[in-house]
Amino acid sequence: MNSTRYILECRNLGRELPSPQHRLLLRNVSFTLQQAEVLAVIGPSGAGKSTLLRLLNRLNEPTQGSVYLHGRDYREMPVLQLRRCIGMVMQRAYLFPGTVSENIVFGPAQQGKTMNPQQVDDLLARVGLEGYASRDALTLSGGEAQRVAITRALANEPEVLLLDEPTSALDEVSRDGVQSLLASLIRERRLTCVWVTHSLDQARAMANRVLALRAGEVEAIGTPGEILHA
Amino acid sequence: MLERWFPNQMERGAVQCLIAALIAALVILLVRRRAPNLVTEVFVAELRGLLQIIAVGTILAFLLRGPQWTAIFVLAGMAIAAASIVRKRAGKIPRVYTLALASITAGAGSILGLMIALGVIPMRISILVPVGSMVIANTMNTQSMFLDRFRGEILAHIGEIESALALGATADTAVGRYLQAAFRASLIPSIDNLRSLGIVWIPGLMAGIVLSGQSPLYGALYQFVVLTTIFSSAGLSCLVTSYLITRRVFSPQDQLLLRG
Repeated sequence: MNSTRYILECRNLGRELPSPQHRLLLRNVSFTLQQAEVLAVIGPSGAGKSTLLRLLNRLNEPTQGSVYLHGRDYREMPVLQLRRCIGMVMQRAYLFPGTVSENIVFGPAQQGKTMNPQQVDDLLARVGLEGYASRDALTLSGGEAQRVAITRALANEPEVLLLDEPTSALDEVSRDGVQSLLASLIRERRLTCVWVTHSLDQARAMANRVLALRAGEVEAIGTPGEILHA
Repeated sequence: MLERWFPNQMERGAVQCLIAALIAALVILLVRRRAPNLVTEVFVAELRGLLQIIAVGTILAFLLRGPQWTAIFVLAGMAIAAASIVRKRAGKIPRVYTLALASITAGAGSILGLMIALGVIPMRISILVPVGSMVIANTMNTQSMFLDRFRGEILAHIGEIESALALGATADTAVGRYLQAAFRASLIPSIDNLRSLGIVWIPGLMAGIVLSGQSPLYGALYQFVVLTTIFSSAGLSCLVTSYLITRRVFSPQDQLLLRG
């Protein structure tokens, strides 16, 4: 198997907390992702879904296996470069104090890149936030804040986008809006995504494949039809 | 009045301590209903403080007869003790003892060394030990406040910090604003001490100089010297901490380690 066919490959990935906690969080998780593929990760609370995303972004260190980006072991890459390639949107927006624009340009600025105001405005217009550039980021509603968080991640132009239940903290109207936005962005930009969700409907609507986790281990992986048939 | 009854200085000192302790005991009796748990604590604290200060006075009396450079060992001992007190305050931060010791030594050591080299603080045990202890003790307090505030800021903003890391920021950038907040909070008491000097309080050293019969104006000027030395030492030690702390709370892969 030629691993370079895949943007992202996860081989026997696992994480175990050392003593005194000594707890298994994730074990032997393997999957591959091709360009523009969306993998939904489902499972009950504590199954290891968020742990998986944190390992993919290397916010935590795997104690077993590794992740390969274009066939290259991600432990050989500078971690900052890796995180710019693998973007992440968390359950809550966690915007930084300052304007919306300052949040958007944060990622590119870490690479020494500048975004001009027109580029920021264009990105905001794409997510339905025209004229928000100079707004105080901490005064936005939950749905607006999550749109800014998505835009902030996309401003880095990541090759893979990790979505950790990006709609679960939102009300129903905002949830539908953010899900539709993500669906259109994924289609339009051919984004490769790993999307953690509690909602089977969301997994069915958004994903090409579904990975079901239980107690830190892979329970099943396949197409939505195979995994979510019930 | 006491001078007439107790011409011997040591006897007079013991009687002065006794009177001060009796007044404190009277206050404890007055407040015991409002704060019943305080009685034993204050009694123990008073006894402990008295024994400690007598011990220090005895050591100082002994050292005063020896060479002046022994003051450095006394101050080094104080710095080591200060670092272990800081460790108790900020124990959840990995390897915090060496961090505190390095910061206190760098802050207090270099500023005191500079003041001695410039002749502002004389290399005499009778001055260097009390002034040095004030500088080290205040630097220790600043360190405790810095680390306590920094830890609190980190734990309150884990999401923001990890969002910044996930966007490709370095650990230093991700915690930059929280370092600033800790820096500011920890230096506020030192700045307020300078600001209120002479208006709200007349510090102990100046009172001591005045009590020893020296010029009050000289006492005031020297107090300013000591307080600015304390500020410089505290500021420098916080600066050193701010550079060293990031590597204590993040892994080499810029993963946040501090969780509780």
